[in-house]
Amino acid sequence: MTAIIQSILFLIVLGLTGFFFLKKAREIYKNIKRGKAEDISDRPGERWKNVFLLAFGQKKMFRNMTPALLHLCVYVAFLVTQVELIEIVIDGIFQTHRFFYPILGGLYTFVINFIEILSVLALIATFAFLARRNLLKIPRFQMDEMTGWPKLDGNLILLFEIVLVTFIFMMNSADMAMHHGEYGFWLSGILGSAIEGLPHGVLVAMERIGWWGHILLVFGFLNYIPYSKHLHIMLAFPNAYYANLESKGEMSNMPAIMKEVQSMMDPNAAMDDSAAVDEEMPSFGAKDVDELSWKSLLDAYTCTECGRCSAACPASGTGKLLSPRKIMMDVRDRMEDLTKLEAKHGPDHKDGKMLIGDYISPEEIKACTTCNACVEECPVSISPLNIILELRRYQILEAADSPEEWNLMFTNVENNGAVWQFNPADRANWINEA
Amino acid sequence: MSENGLDVPMMSDLAARGEKPEVLFWVGCAGSFDSRAQKVTKAFVKILNAVGVKFAILGPEETCTGDPARRAGNEFLFQMQAATNIMTLDQYEIKKIVTACPHCFNTLKNEYPVLGGNYEVIHHTTFLQGLINEGKLKMKGGGTFKGKKITYHDSCYLGRANNIYEAPRKLLEALDAELVELKRCRSKGLCCGAGGAQMFKEEENGSLRVNQERTKDVLEAKPDIVAVGCPFCSTMLGDGVKEKEKQDQIQVKDIAELIAEAQDLD
Repeated sequence: MTAIIQSILFLIVLGLTGFFFLKKAREIYKNIKRGKAEDISDRPGERWKNVFLLAFGQKKMFRNMTPALLHLCVYVAFLVTQVELIEIVIDGIFQTHRFFYPILGGLYTFVINFIEILSVLALIATFAFLARRNLLKIPRFQMDEMTGWPKLDGNLILLFEIVLVTFIFMMNSADMAMHHGEYGFWLSGILGSAIEGLPHGVLVAMERIGWWGHILLVFGFLNYIPYSKHLHIMLAFPNAYYANLESKGEMSNMPAIMKEVQSMMDPNAAMDDSAAVDEEMPSFGAKDVDELSWKSLLDAYTCTECGRCSAACPASGTGKLLSPRKIMMDVRDRMEDLTKLEAKHGPDHKDGKMLIGDYISPEEIKACTTCNACVEECPVSISPLNIILELRRYQILEAADSPEEWNLMFTNVENNGAVWQFNPADRANWINEA
Repeated sequence: MSENGLDVPMMSDLAARGEKPEVLFWVGCAGSFDSRAQKVTKAFVKILNAVGVKFAILGPEETCTGDPARRAGNEFLFQMQAATNIMTLDQYEIKKIVTACPHCFNTLKNEYPVLGGNYEVIHHTTFLQGLINEGKLKMKGGGTFKGKKITYHDSCYLGRANNIYEAPRKLLEALDAELVELKRCRSKGLCCGAGGAQMFKEEENGSLRVNQERTKDVLEAKPDIVAVGCPFCSTMLGDGVKEKEKQDQIQVKDIAELIAEAQDLD
């Protein structure tokens, strides 16, 4: 009887988990689709290589060895534990007990032992991470944008991990105690022999609490991550696939302006394009998320707020307002805010706010040296720089909000062909100057 | 031949004679007008002259590539500059360009092709490295820089933007000097503060300027010379070192200047 109840309970929880997860996933997908279309489908071979090297292989993480090794423990434990999850789902639905054990035998013992060892390593790493965030106070976790929810979010995930591992060992060691070490798990075997004297009923309860606790936490986690910085565990893979393959120094072209300039310089081209005059004049650059590329929006959801970008940023490092991580967090916040507003007031609701001005200040984007350090450091292929440059384009081309000194530089380039006020005819004077 | 003993052919003169250069030297705004960068331009020309490279410059026909305008956000101005320059370069059927400015280099190499300007673009450090490899430029060991401690500051537009880390270092090794790395180097190199059109405006408010932060790295390495490959890095680090009154101990020099000095061309 309890088996049927547990089975039904499990199916209900599984169904709800799937329902809410897919609902949120669809919302995120729609948010990313707000972005401007950009075809990123060329060179699939190189893109898959990036998925394997950058996402699966964690290549960029190894620029910094200590966090790389700690993160690797958690990452590998997470990947391998998925095997166990398959069994838990089967056991949950059909109320079997360790479904794979009779099938796999010795291999089963090996796999669970492997998972247990990785879980302990992950546990150690988790404590190290908590210490790095809260005791050692690594600077990149203490920046202005890392207060309130982002700080709590970072710690909650680590606490999740600790409770999760506790449940796994509670389940396995109670099981080992009840079955007198039959499964042959090393670590939970040691714990199991310590609690073997407990009444059978207590052991059964412990095993059930461990089992249910574990899976409920996993389901809860699945529905937590779409609201958390932790979404990178899923989106790092597509984001690596769609990573920029060109030189980092190349800025995206603006074909509308290119055509206009070319038609200005070539009267024949202007004639050809006369039909296009009636077309709606495109707006240049980005003032809000819908004018950024969809890849920039995927970037924002992929960001795990690690702050490697801001730690390397020359502007952040010298006390400027700009922090590349904050740019990514602002873009995501803007999308989430729009979703909430539209759910409340209808899809065409406008709140009169913009990404530039209301979320990201002009001063922040003006501080960027376009040095690409943020792009270079990001382990999950994000470019904060693309967003900054698109916002700058809006500021100059649409809002005409330019620092006076830049206007002077523009005038010099336009009139003298040089960034400073020199006569173009004097450009080769250096040849004869002492 | 100029009054300085430099042989700097104009592209227009070459074209009038129906001649073509091996390579066009793109001098850039800094190299043309900035008094500090002009010295680098001259040093590079001296090397080209000494080796006998047949080159030319555009002179008054060269205009800003549009890099700072584009990065500030002014795409119209960038496109105007690019279209003008591509017209000039194509009119002379230029195939190969060398430049001592990483910003010009990046724009010509990466941003002009999509606009129809396709050239082989080389940074002067790569070009000089090529001359050494081909045996055209022979470095004498044990010369001017023996025993000197030289460090190299990676320019963002050469390093991270274009993955050029080795050529400048190979050149410094050829000087027979002691090469010491800065704390933050190669892909982790810290910007000098000039890129993204920052060179042309005051920095935003902060606790210190980017060049002051970078100068800390330089002073920590205690070099005799900081080698650079970018006129803007040169200005920024030069100012930073001067501010700390270390200009007598630490010289900020472009690699072309160091090579020219080692060859007794200065």
